[in-house]
This record gives sequence, structure tokens and C-alpha cells, in this order.
Amino acid sequence: MNDLHRLTIHEAHALLKDKKVSSVELTRSVLKNLEAVDSKVRACMRLTADTALESAAAADKAIARGKASVLTGVPMIIKDNMCTKGVTTTCGSKMLENFIPPYDAHVVEKLKAANAVIVAKANMDEFAMGSSTENSAFFTTHNPWKLDCVPGGSSGGSAASVAADETIYALGSDTGGSIRQPAGFCGVVGLKPTYGRVSRFGLVAFASSLDQIGPITKDVTDCAIVLNAIAGHDKRDSTTVPLGVPDYTRALTKDIRGLRVGVPREYLVEGMQPGVRKAIEAAIIQFEKLGAKVDRKVSLPNTRYGLAAYYILAPSEASANLARYDGVKYGYSYRDTTSMWEAMEKTRQFGFGAEVKRRIMLGTYALSAGYYDAYYLKAQKVRTLIRQDFDKAFDSCDVLVTPTSPTVAFKIGEKADDPVQMYLSDVCTLPINIAGVPGVSIPAGFADGLPVGLQFIGKHFGEETLLRAAHAYEQATPWHTMKPAIA
Amino acid sequence: MQLTDEEVRHIALLARLGISDAEVEKFRNQLSSILENMDILQQVDTSGLEPTSQSVALENIYREDETGPSLPVTEVLSNAPAQEDNSLKVNAVLE
Repeated sequence: MNDLHRLTIHEAHALLKDKKVSSVELTRSVLKNLEAVDSKVRACMRLTADTALESAAAADKAIARGKASVLTGVPMIIKDNMCTKGVTTTCGSKMLENFIPPYDAHVVEKLKAANAVIVAKANMDEFAMGSSTENSAFFTTHNPWKLDCVPGGSSGGSAASVAADETIYALGSDTGGSIRQPAGFCGVVGLKPTYGRVSRFGLVAFASSLDQIGPITKDVTDCAIVLNAIAGHDKRDSTTVPLGVPDYTRALTKDIRGLRVGVPREYLVEGMQPGVRKAIEAAIIQFEKLGAKVDRKVSLPNTRYGLAAYYILAPSEASANLARYDGVKYGYSYRDTTSMWEAMEKTRQFGFGAEVKRRIMLGTYALSAGYYDAYYLKAQKVRTLIRQDFDKAFDSCDVLVTPTSPTVAFKIGEKADDPVQMYLSDVCTLPINIAGVPGVSIPAGFADGLPVGLQFIGKHFGEETLLRAAHAYEQATPWHTMKPAIA
Repeated sequence: MQLTDEEVRHIALLARLGISDAEVEKFRNQLSSILENMDILQQVDTSGLEPTSQSVALENIYREDETGPSLPVTEVLSNAPAQEDNSLKVNAVLE
């Protein structure tokens, strides 16, 4: 069978279960396509082809014994900031270029237990700080729809690999939009679950109160399938909530009659591309056709402070988290001195790239004596207001709908030297992390030949309603079936 | 908010980040421009508001102090830049 790499998880599982296709055949097809297109897309940091074929053979045995779960034998890619035992985990940084974790992240354990087939680790912005993968210390990933454009970031490698059918699905991480914005730019589905839904154990820490791992998939059904597998309490991450995990696929009923869909007016921002606005307007009409009750008067009045609050909170947490890179325990180490302080300073000077240094300095400043109250404490209080905005909006709405990003993918190099412009790319996604609520981006059309992302926002632990709304829209539109012609 | 060269060097020292003269100038301009964008927060009335440090309603998570298997020392040290006698080797702290 040709084109197995184009399958979704649920399509692949149906063929595997009925023994129409083996995992080894499926994995070979994925690897063949990966090798054909990745020289252009450059989504992968490291291939794990040999172990992938071993896992595929093991999966085939499990299937033969009747022990297949829906992810058994299905190839996938992991963002390179999640620890994989024995496989380099660089986090996109020279600092961790040679770091080989001695253990698996919680999500990786879960996938391995399901006999998933890991084919590669994905490229990313260094320490997940960026919106384009241009901050990767190694190379930039290209958007499969237009190779001279960015794939978004920081999970740009994960999103591009799914869009280019280099994998059946991928995992990303999202601190301010790093799953949803690249999913939007690449025309695939990307979910940031509720903070506390998925364990962060083994995820290289960026901003611990905002980071969350989530799926990047070809459709919403797959998104629900992967969330089923990775969600749940983990005693090694005390911020995971001890709530049961429902079967999210059961929520995908296509019935959203009477669902209260809010379109917060602050998200139809100035500087939004006309093509993005058009796609959002068309989506709103689609919701009405599906019987949802659309409310265009919903307001999240503190949205305009989200960007500033985020760029104090996230760098502050990052400056503390990244203090561990001292050249002593693991990672890059400057050895050409006998001075402890000089070794530490030069390790960090040469090991970190420009954006990481900028954020460490920004965070250090915001936390320093004399500025803590004016910056960090102030931003934490604004965080309270932003959270209250969402609480209030969800009194009258079941789900909110916004653009994922104000623009489609931009050209490589276009914003690389202007941090403030780059930060604006996440203006629609980062309030969701600040509030801790879940958000999913799904394809909603095209502008200038590039995908437009539609973001759905749900209540805390409201992933079922969130995915039901996203799925109903997806099934009523053709966007998720469209594939880039990579040239 | 316009930072001075001295402030940039001071922040770098606090962060234990080595910094070249060219980086001082680049970061002075970029950080000043970013901080200017933060000034918008000063317009917000936050009187009487509690700060939010995380978004889930959990606090004080306790568990039993149970012993279990841990990583062997050789694996823990497998990424160490320098080691001796099953320990991390570091430059002299007191000179």
C-alpha cells in the first residue's frame, strides 16, 4: 500500500488492528517519506530510524497477541525538549548539544508503554523560546506550505513534521503558544491542555507555571486519542491534578447545537491580516450553520496587558530555571580556566544563544531588588485580572473562538532581529497560558497560500467541550484534508 | 525605560552570564525597547488584587516518604563534564 505516511492515527490503527498493514511497513513508509522531504523541511533534530524499526517489530508482535492500543505501532515524533532515555535531548541549544538523558519523560514512558514508534526528535527554538525555530542553535525548520516561510515556534519541527507527513503525529510543548501557533502556521491540529492535565516530568523546564505538553496531529480525532494517552496524574509532577481522564474521543459527537460560542472582540486585533480576518468571519458563519449560539459581544478587557505580563512572568521563571546550567553537572562546560566564576560565566556566555540570554536578563532584571514590585509582582496581579476575564467569559460561553495568530506564517529572517515584533506573533495564544485554560488550534482556511489557524479556548479541564466544538467545525470543512505540495 | 551600560553589566553579573562589549550595546537597546512595552502594566489598577503564581487550585501536595529505586551513580554522572571518585569535579570554590 502506498502513502501510508499520510494516514491519521485512527486510520493507521484500523489497518494495523485488522492486520492489513504491519507497523514495520507503516514505519518504513514514514521513514521513506521523511528521508525524501526532510532535506527541504528540516523538521528533525535527530532520526531514530534503527530503534524505530525495532519498536515497530515489537509492536507487530503485540498486535499479533491482541495487545494493541490505539497508539501501538504508530510512528511519532517528539520535540527535542522531552527527555528520551539514551537519545540526545538538545532542547535546541548548544548547552545541551551532547546531553543524553538517563531517563524518559513521563509522556515518553506512557508512549513507550503503548508500543509507540518514535522515529525522530524534532527541531525547536532554543529552550522553547521563540516563534519561528530561527532560535534553534542548529538550523531553521521550513514551512512545508512555503519553504521560504517559518513553520512557527517553538514546536516548529513537530508541527512541520506532521504537516509534511514525516510522522503520523507529534508531541510539542506550549508555554505561550508554542504548540498552537506552529500548528496554525503549518495547517495541523495542536492542543495545549489545561495546566495540570499532563505531567511535565522530564520536560526541560522553561517557565514552570505556564509550560504544558500536548499533541500535534492531522485531525481532532487524533488529538483526542493522544490526549487520552498522555493525560493524567503523575506523582513526580505535583502540579498534575488528580482527576480522572475521560475518553476524549467520546466527546466528538459533531453535535454543537445550542453551544454558546464566544468571539472575544479584543482578539480581532489591529494589525490582523485581512486574510486571517476573512477566515475567522467565515468560521463564525459556519458555527451558526451548525446550530451554535455565537456571541460577538464577549469581552476579555485585560487582553491588551497579556503580552507585557507574559514577557515578565515567563522570563522571570526562565531566569530561575536556567540557573541550573552552570557547566558542573551536565551540559556544555567551559574548562579553560581554574576560576569557578569565570567557568560559570563563560559556560553560559558560549552555551546560550541570544534570545535565551535576552530572556534570562529580562527575568533577572524583573526579579532584582528594587524592581520586583514594579515588574514581577505587578505582572502576577495582572495575571489575576486576565484569569478573572476568562472566568467571567465562561459564565456566558462554553467555548471561545479566536485567530491563533494575527498573521499567517512570515518569511524566514523577516522578524529575526526584532524581538518585539516576534513576540507579537503570540499575542492571541499567551493569555491562555497565563490563565491556565486549554486551547486548540485547527486549520481554518488559507491566506496568501498559507494556512490560517483557528483557536478554540475552553474552561479549566473543559477539553471535552473544547474538542467537541473543534471537531464539529473540522468535520464541516475541508481544511484538515489538504496537504502541502513540498517543493 | 532606558537602561545604561552599567545596568546591563550588573544584570549580566546577577545572572552569571558572561557578556561581550558588543552584546552590552545590543542588549541595552533591545532590553530597553522591551521594557518600554512593559510600561503599559503601570496603567492597570491592581489595588486590592492578590497575585497569581500558578493557575490550578492545588496547594501543599504531600506524599509518603517512601524509598524506591533511584538511578545508579554512574548514570547520574554520565553527562558530567568532569568527575572523580563517583563525584562531580569542580574548580576550587575557596581560593
